[in-house]
Amino acid sequence: MRPSSATRAFTAASLAALAPGAFAHVQSGQAAGFVTGFLHPVSGLDHVLAMAAVGLWGAQLGAPAIWVLPITFPIVMAFGGFLGLLGVPLPGVEVGIAASAILLGTAVMTERRPPLYAAAALVGFFAIFHGHAHATELPPGQSALLYSLGFVVATGCLHAIGIAIGAVRPWPTGRIALRIAGGGVGLAGLFFLWRAFA
Amino acid sequence: MKPRGPSAAGTIALALALALCPLPGHAHLIETGLGPVYDGITHFALTPEDLIPALALAMLAGLRGAEHARRVPFVLPVAWLLGGVAGTLAGAPALVIPAWLPLLALGGLLAADARLPPAATVAIAALLGIALGYANGYAMAQAGPGLRGVVGIAGAVFVVTTLAAACVAARQAGWIRIAWRAAGGWVAASGLLLLGWSLR
Repeated sequence: MRPSSATRAFTAASLAALAPGAFAHVQSGQAAGFVTGFLHPVSGLDHVLAMAAVGLWGAQLGAPAIWVLPITFPIVMAFGGFLGLLGVPLPGVEVGIAASAILLGTAVMTERRPPLYAAAALVGFFAIFHGHAHATELPPGQSALLYSLGFVVATGCLHAIGIAIGAVRPWPTGRIALRIAGGGVGLAGLFFLWRAFA
Repeated sequence: MKPRGPSAAGTIALALALALCPLPGHAHLIETGLGPVYDGITHFALTPEDLIPALALAMLAGLRGAEHARRVPFVLPVAWLLGGVAGTLAGAPALVIPAWLPLLALGGLLAADARLPPAATVAIAALLGIALGYANGYAMAQAGPGLRGVVGIAGAVFVVTTLAAACVAARQAGWIRIAWRAAGGWVAASGLLLLGWSLR
């Protein structure tokens, strides 16, 4: 007689419950590096809003900007981080981050449609500030590669969230909601700018 | 009556049980207790400096179509094995390439959707396999698993690259192709940051 699927599931669950501890990967800092890097962009509202705004703007502009902008941002952001790691000074980093939220939010709010190269250049310019400010904060003992990968993947996920939210654009109400969201990002950017000078 | 296969719930539960029943996976040349071949497999699976370039190359080959995707899963493991044998026999860690280089190069090619000829893809696979295999072989010889560990790594490379290349080659419609390229951009960005860390 074949065991039922319920019996098999129970047996499997029992095996799982009896599993020994997973002492995997004793080289410290690997998993922690990825998680720390992944959580880093999410932990700052200025980052979250600016990166989501990149996705929103890409969704508004449509192809090919919808994929050019989110691919441009992480690569140029990494270049900003690279400059930071080399110790190349970048003046006004906090102001640049605040300005990114203001301009990107305004672009979404006003449905601005510049040429693709101009949009990519704008996004890339601000990405340097974000990378310079945040991609270089590796906690001691953690894997630099996995920290970097986590940071970049989180950034890409924030863009993807922005693009997903931008999917409401075909509906008239959704289009208005997107513009309101852009206005909200711009207002938050003004707050960040005030805080940068305070 | 036609015999029924295992139900989805049963299969998922079994898979979960297997996943949650690990032996201590001491990566990076620490014995798993399962033998040197498994040490090699575990090493490859838990070493992002090896795994990510292999995946990126397989994705690049898959993005370029079936002709590329069929070659890389055979060229890369063979080159990895040959490099591993050389590294195992060698007494010095030569042929070491910095970890950021394959990430930056392969990620950049993937993000740019570079239209390489098949010969170029094969050449990249051979170079990457020999370089990373040599480093693995040297390390395996120092740590104990030796050549059998390299065999485990080459087997893992074959499985991973075959699956990744086939997956990418088969799924390229619309958004999915953009997603592969975005993943390449992420790999390149990580390589660029790693270059910064190495120069710091």
